[in-house]
Amino acid sequence: MSKRARTRTINVNYLARVEGEGALYIKARNGHIQELRLTIFEPPRFFEAFLRGRRYAEAPDITARICGICPVAYQMSAVHAMEAIFGVQVQGPLRELRRLLYCGEWIESHALHVLMLHAPDFLGYQSVIDMAQDHPEIVQKGLTLKRTGNDLVEFIGGREIHPINVRVGGFYSVPKRKDLQQFIGKLEQARDIAVELVRWVGTFTFPDFEQDYEFVALRHPDEYPLNEGRIVSNKGIDIAVHEYDTAFEEYQVPHSTALHSRVRGRDAYMVGPLARFNLNFDRLTPTAQEVVRELGFSLPYRNPFMSIIARAVELVYACEEALRIVRTYEEPDRPYVPYEVRAGTGHGCTEAPRGILYHRYTVDAEGIIQEARIVPPTAQNLHQMEQDLYHYAPQVLELPLEQATWLCEQAIRNYDPCISCSAHFLRLDIDKDE
Amino acid sequence: MPGGQRKPKLAVWKFTSCDGCQLSLLDLEEHLLAIVGRVEIAYFLEASRATVRGPYDISLVEGSISTPHEAELIKEVRKQSRFLVAIGACATAGGIQALRNFADVRAFVDIVYAHPEYIRTLREARPIADYVTVDFELRGCPISRYQLLELISAYLHGRQPSIPTYSVCAECKRKGVVCVLVSQGVPCLGPVTQAGCNALCPTYRRGCYGCFGPMESPNPLSLGRRFETLGVPPADIIRLYRTFNAFAPAFREGSEHYEQTSSHAHD
Repeated sequence: MSKRARTRTINVNYLARVEGEGALYIKARNGHIQELRLTIFEPPRFFEAFLRGRRYAEAPDITARICGICPVAYQMSAVHAMEAIFGVQVQGPLRELRRLLYCGEWIESHALHVLMLHAPDFLGYQSVIDMAQDHPEIVQKGLTLKRTGNDLVEFIGGREIHPINVRVGGFYSVPKRKDLQQFIGKLEQARDIAVELVRWVGTFTFPDFEQDYEFVALRHPDEYPLNEGRIVSNKGIDIAVHEYDTAFEEYQVPHSTALHSRVRGRDAYMVGPLARFNLNFDRLTPTAQEVVRELGFSLPYRNPFMSIIARAVELVYACEEALRIVRTYEEPDRPYVPYEVRAGTGHGCTEAPRGILYHRYTVDAEGIIQEARIVPPTAQNLHQMEQDLYHYAPQVLELPLEQATWLCEQAIRNYDPCISCSAHFLRLDIDKDE
Repeated sequence: MPGGQRKPKLAVWKFTSCDGCQLSLLDLEEHLLAIVGRVEIAYFLEASRATVRGPYDISLVEGSISTPHEAELIKEVRKQSRFLVAIGACATAGGIQALRNFADVRAFVDIVYAHPEYIRTLREARPIADYVTVDFELRGCPISRYQLLELISAYLHGRQPSIPTYSVCAECKRKGVVCVLVSQGVPCLGPVTQAGCNALCPTYRRGCYGCFGPMESPNPLSLGRRFETLGVPPADIIRLYRTFNAFAPAFREGSEHYEQTSSHAHD
């Protein structure tokens, strides 16, 4: 081994195949990381400021604009927070429809990531377009799966990006039973594709890298979590949604327009498909559990590269759950639950495709928003992503630079980071003199 | 120009945005592989690590200009692009980010941030056309993927894209959707909003909230007076005009008119 000090620099100016804009800089000397920055230069977007002075009813439409990939998640967390203020319980078919809409978003978002953004890394392609030349069949199937998710969101929500049909208390209008039934065939096909996708990604080679993560996700008494549940972790967190701030804190770092998060008194944590899967495996459908057992990897998965499996398994779950809802759906008497507006503070936390998404609003007696706070999943994962790189980069530093760079990028894409989302939340406590 | 041996090079650029409009390209699932057969995806970071150097035949530009860096970058994109299309409300009107144009952003960043020196932002979020010449605009929050397909298809055939500039009302009438404003007294921006969504909100029994921005000959004050007769307070008329196309001139005229009248009322 050479005695001379050796400096290596990995520099990725624009991370590709992530949603939004970020960059990575790693400087290592003699195999030790000296400097590591996952830079988020996505412009700050001040959403929490814009929400002040708006009507409560506008929150689902305004917050949807935070992210074109997971607008339903923003709408869901927003309406749950408002309903907590007004004491509204959304039950029965309306609750089921929300779950169905959310399944649609999971399907389109996960299919996008598994197939178009992440799989090319494992097989050595620059993009899904290149991958399609050699693997046309699976790409075509993946696109069909993605379209099924989009069709579901479009049918219930009005359109796949920034749906218009979600409101506090329920929906503006609800589908008829017979119209929803048209999805049965499509969802059965989608479910079969998803199972095939799990088996396919299960054959990938995963870098040898495991970490002792703190996984954080929602946990519901009888369901795989989407809209409701307690916030739990494998290291002892078990809190109600409104206690979010007792367990987690945010902090600002110079190189990022997104706030970072950590568990109070501890450190980084992971949210998203891998966390949900590890904490809620027993809530998956039998088909989803069975296909996981077939793969033979032991649970919990502590290798972040295996998040692609968790995402594929959630595709199976989302298709089956959507099928269950479509088959049992009965049209509700009215599209939304009536309520009376009152002043208060409410919290909402739902499982976005990328992990828990927390909203808190304070509204006055007229329903005007006085304060808003939003913590998106990718912002919560950023600290963990940097930690992963800090531990993973030394393993790859000796490889040719292009390969090392690619593997580090892949380690970031494990989180399916939605950087657009994360950067919208440099928190602003503004307008104090208002 | 399209044609010849070489496939036209397509680039997708992101400025301040939610990624939704560029996602529309990937949402063209059933047409995606056909498109890839006709154009070379030369620069599209959301989809590919590989990038091909410019110049580009067609550039799709998403997002508003909201930082000093973006104000420089867009000039470079213009230089590298033969046909530059602004896609979506952010790129064509400043989008929701333009809400800051009605307030003093600089002041609140300075007052509040623990480290305001880390934050680089412009006082106003502006549409692309305020910085460079734009060859075509696709409206919408988000854009319609069908209009995007029409745009690409028209480009490949060397013709003008067929994008309507009439109002959402025309779409409602054609679709046979009962007018929510007339029949239910729901405030609806349909009369002043450009078509493109296929009358989505009225179809779902809610009022249009203006995703596609002002139609070709809007009368925002007249519609405002109609809202007044429904009992909509001025503050809510301001909110209606001030969402995702707030800085588009006609909508801006609407909200500023009611801002002035309501501030007079307080004098």
